[in-house]
Amino acid sequence: MREMICIVCPKGCRLSVDQQPDGEIIVMGNACNRGIPYAKKELTNPTRVITSTVKISGGIHKRLPVKTSIDIPKGLNFKVMEELSKIELQSPIKVGTVIIENILDTGANIVATRDM
Amino acid sequence: MKYDLIVIGGGPAGLSAAYEAYNNGIENILILERDKEMGGILNQCIHNGFGVHSFKEELTGPEYAQRYVEMLSSTKVSTKLDTMVLSIENDGDMKKVEAINTEEGYLSLETKAVILAMGCRERTRGAIQIPGARPSGVFTAGTAQRYVNMEGYMVGKRVVILGSGDIGLIMARRMTLEGAKVEACVELMPYSNGLNRNIVQCLDDYDIPLLLAHTITDIKGKHRLEGVTIQKVDENRNPIPGTERDIECDTLLLSVGLIPENEITKNAGIAIDPRTSGPLVNEAMETNVKGIFACGNVVHVHDLVDFVSEEGKKAGLSASRFIKDELKEGQDVTEIKNGDRVNYTVPQNIRLENILDGQEIMFRVSNVFKNINITVRNSEGELIKKMRRPVVAPGEMEKIKLKREEIEKAQGLLTIALEEVI
Repeated sequence: MREMICIVCPKGCRLSVDQQPDGEIIVMGNACNRGIPYAKKELTNPTRVITSTVKISGGIHKRLPVKTSIDIPKGLNFKVMEELSKIELQSPIKVGTVIIENILDTGANIVATRDM
Repeated sequence: MKYDLIVIGGGPAGLSAAYEAYNNGIENILILERDKEMGGILNQCIHNGFGVHSFKEELTGPEYAQRYVEMLSSTKVSTKLDTMVLSIENDGDMKKVEAINTEEGYLSLETKAVILAMGCRERTRGAIQIPGARPSGVFTAGTAQRYVNMEGYMVGKRVVILGSGDIGLIMARRMTLEGAKVEACVELMPYSNGLNRNIVQCLDDYDIPLLLAHTITDIKGKHRLEGVTIQKVDENRNPIPGTERDIECDTLLLSVGLIPENEITKNAGIAIDPRTSGPLVNEAMETNVKGIFACGNVVHVHDLVDFVSEEGKKAGLSASRFIKDELKEGQDVTEIKNGDRVNYTVPQNIRLENILDGQEIMFRVSNVFKNINITVRNSEGELIKKMRRPVVAPGEMEKIKLKREEIEKAQGLLTIALEEVI
């Protein structure tokens, strides 16, 4: 039995996760359905959405906020940051614009999170 | 210039309030914003987790802000950026808002109604009086967040964070991702006020120690910060002699609370609740000055932007009703008081005449309690409502919805408290 906090939404449900001898994972304490896949993933391959910024010129600010379009394996966080540090953009950029496609073969794109 | 409604502040509260007022038939609306763009602090909150309630999806701060900016762009609501409001005067039926900006200079604007949506400010080193030297490298966490995420300046390499509120936790992860070493997150209380998910994904993910019941008792460094002394505290939050430990660092981020920003409010003669540091409001989010409404973090500090938008919506609707002369003055006023283990309530009073089906009361508890009842009692001490909660914490705002018939039983006073389960 493992206790964990669901991080899917700000509610932060306290989950009890139990792996049965047959490998089945039983999740309790989740207020919504999204807690179950989260707990299963957290036991096997924890993933996170990475949010950061990249350099931009000609915009209202010097950094453009970006995120991974889907959650990616947690261990890749710093490698993603390395890739982002190589990017230099020119304004204008629209929200949702793909900045890096399929980053590090994760299937996730790096996308802009605002117009600039 | 004459307006029906002036909204002060273009953050989530102000944007939502203006949009709701517009959708309820008020067209002549002006939003005054002191920054160079709309969106307020959302623009620097590049992390995700916003909008789970409002949009049923997880957005980053800038995405959330842009949704509202886009919604407003299809309306006739006008805006002035880079504009600082100096004062509000209540001239009977009309209110006068004085403001300045670099293009138009001094502005004197007239309006039927005002919505205060100025948000809040961070508490600083001065507010918590940390002793020691005064080197550079001591920032409030939100200031550092703006530097890193918007202005493109990295604020330091070895970081200690004081306070484990959400901004502190988010900045611990942010600084780590940007290549800094976060030595520790130091929290005075025996629990964190941040969301649990942020402790998991900002501290635990990066093995950053959370030192509960600790504080900083010395700051060292001549020009740049060189280190801090941390110390354990006892149950009365006093440092325990002999537990001192030095941590080398060049940066100290303070995440030690937020205070509603109410200078304009106070100067306008609007009553402030010392418990929230925000204006006293009624069921319509109206202050004690008729026609001046308030919403968002200027009223009380919220945990989630979704709730700020929700409150903005209430204020926007009320302002539109006021302008259309639909808001009743109300003789049947029920005061709402915080009882045992509850620190404050919003609103602080409600007028039965304006309650349609019910009224939501927001409040914060004073400590972490497990298996406890939230109770609502009337002026005679009679129990009106009781709800059991497995756990409550000061970091999570509680809400209770009262039906009209429950409020009718109040006899002038409702007290919200936490009581032991018997």
